[in-house]
Amino acid sequence: MTEGIATPGGGWRRADGPPAETRKKKRKGGRRGRGEVAMVDDVEFTSYYGRPIIKPPVWKTPEVPLYLFFGGAAGSAAVLGALGEFTRRPVMTRSAHLFAGGGALASVVLLVADLGRPERFLHMLRVFKPTSPLSVGTYILSPFSGLAVATAGLHVLGRWPVLRRLAGVGSAVFAGPLATYTGVLLANTAVPSWHAAGTQLPYVFGASGMAAGGGITMALTPVEEAAPARRLAVTGAVVELAMMQKVETDHGIVSEPYHEGKAGRLLRAAKACTAAGAAVTVAAGRRRAGAVLGGALLAAGSALTRFGVYEAGMASARDPKYTVVPQRERMAARAVADHASTVTS
Amino acid sequence: MTSISSASPAFTGKDPDHRLFGPLPDVQGEAGYTESHPARVGFFTDTSVCIGCKACEVACKEWNTLPMDDSHGTRDTMGLSGMSYDNTGQLGANSWRHVAFIEQVRTVDLPMPTFGRPGDDRQGSSPSPAAHDHPDAQAHAQASVLNAEALSEFDPQTGQSGTDKQVRWLMSSDVCKHCTHAGCLDVCPTGALFRTEFGTVVVQQDICNGCGYCVPACPYGVIDRREDDGRVFKCTMCYDRLTDGLMPACATACPTQSIQFGDLDELQARADARLATLQSQGVETARLYGRDEDDGVGGNGAFFLLLDEPEVYGLPPDPIVTTRELPAMWRAAGKAAVMIVGAAVGAVLSSRRPQ
Ligand code: SF4
Ligand code: SF4
Repeated sequence: MTEGIATPGGGWRRADGPPAETRKKKRKGGRRGRGEVAMVDDVEFTSYYGRPIIKPPVWKTPEVPLYLFFGGAAGSAAVLGALGEFTRRPVMTRSAHLFAGGGALASVVLLVADLGRPERFLHMLRVFKPTSPLSVGTYILSPFSGLAVATAGLHVLGRWPVLRRLAGVGSAVFAGPLATYTGVLLANTAVPSWHAAGTQLPYVFGASGMAAGGGITMALTPVEEAAPARRLAVTGAVVELAMMQKVETDHGIVSEPYHEGKAGRLLRAAKACTAAGAAVTVAAGRRRAGAVLGGALLAAGSALTRFGVYEAGMASARDPKYTVVPQRERMAARAVADHASTVTS
Repeated sequence: MTSISSASPAFTGKDPDHRLFGPLPDVQGEAGYTESHPARVGFFTDTSVCIGCKACEVACKEWNTLPMDDSHGTRDTMGLSGMSYDNTGQLGANSWRHVAFIEQVRTVDLPMPTFGRPGDDRQGSSPSPAAHDHPDAQAHAQASVLNAEALSEFDPQTGQSGTDKQVRWLMSSDVCKHCTHAGCLDVCPTGALFRTEFGTVVVQQDICNGCGYCVPACPYGVIDRREDDGRVFKCTMCYDRLTDGLMPACATACPTQSIQFGDLDELQARADARLATLQSQGVETARLYGRDEDDGVGGNGAFFLLLDEPEVYGLPPDPIVTTRELPAMWRAAGKAAVMIVGAAVGAVLSSRRPQ
């Protein structure tokens, strides 16, 4: 036999290391299952000197997480503002629209600042590609920011109310997609912990935007007018917490980065802020101090969620374990399915 | 003028079954080229004959005038990786070919009877039994100098280092895979990444605005941003040389024909034959990587013959193009957007109007 390259496996292992990177994890609970933190207690996998397989995103922090935050919060505020126009809540409308305009402006600045060649921002408008969430997002953000800034400007000028209403409604049309497309933006990558949560992150970000946008509007509005903002904020907080829970538990090993290290700390802080903010809003949202405190906590929770999700994805990209192990599991599942189909047929 | 980009095979409606993933018999046609486009070209990298000389890396750097970088992708530093003979480390903006180097050992049972050269006490250095079993095996072995026997007999890859240990070196020249469904190309918002008439995937440097989206979208970790430049760079399969009828620099420089360039169909046939030869000689660990057009990226324009699991070489074992799941994600985003508006309307309607 031509030994050496001849035998499958053949007992070969890297000369200067163990056969495979072996990691011991504290085992939590019993078997892996839904609703329970899935900790793989002993993962064996091979890698090339422990180097990452995919390239971690080169996006900048805090620009990108802040962009995600402002997009969501400004979007929800714009929806509230548009509805306020037609329900005799002038102060809530004004504060929601002022925040939406400011948030939209901040979003554009942050997005452009993140480019490697900011002066080429307009190249984004050469093409429209449905396969590129960033392209779709550009066509959401551009009209949204234009209309939201116009609405805010008309509030400041205090003139042309019909035009202001039109612009406000226009911005509200783009506001929902703006708050949720960012989930797809992150998930449509090879980053394991984002990609796996691809159908959940839009809900997380949308709800998180509701909590922040509602909370901030509530904090800026007299309590008599702010009832819709309070309700939107609390609804958002509840959905955000529930969806984040699913992201953190549904995906086996790639849910792990959401619990560990910096991402884990950020997300625990986010949960605490969001839960406390919702509780304060329910208990004391009808008092001025309660509204301000609740709104601030909800906004902080929302921002921390974005930073936490961002960090979790970065961590999952840096460690080849999260690329190799799920792909191996997928291959094993496929082999079992293939075997079953050949047996039955 | 804004137009729907023809740069991605998705959403062109030409092949409703395989728009975002799956095999594409005619990638250039899907990308909008007319019937008369050239054949799809590719690389077949046969790692069983790679000697790790890195001529491909040097030729690539020379031809494409790539800046220097160290094994961590930091520009303008001379750095040794400290992990092996591989001081390139990874593919990146400035390294479009990367020769992976893995030294492997295993223990063998001693003592074993030895045949052949004195001092050569490796197991079974006698001719392969396969060579005797098959009447045409001798012909096989003669037909290919670079067969398994040769690998075992003459190559330091499988040489003997001690009394009870065998050592082998795996070397593989990695490169952009020029995917049939390229994640980088699908997500590029400017259309800077495009499909060429040769079926390869290339960045237009005058268009790229450095948004960086393509970097994490590549399932192989190929494309990267040059930080001091702001734009992304990757292998172009020497687009400039192809248009002039020349072979890419790396394939031209490769002294062992480990890197083979040609029409993809032909390379695939050649690779299948090479795999069959190796397997008939008992090299059971040989496998093709990126050859399968039913895989998660619709097959690679640059594919490989490997001697161990892909992840040993730093390759993902089962890559998928991220856009395969995109329709489901868009639907979720749409529903979540409706949720926001619905929740806001509900919040307004359920609140008493201020007096
Ligand atoms: S290997 Fe990566 S960079 Fe190359 S074509 Fe595929 S997705 Fe793009
Ligand atoms: S960095 Fe350049 S090539 Fe990559 S997706 Fe952005 S514009 Fe396209």
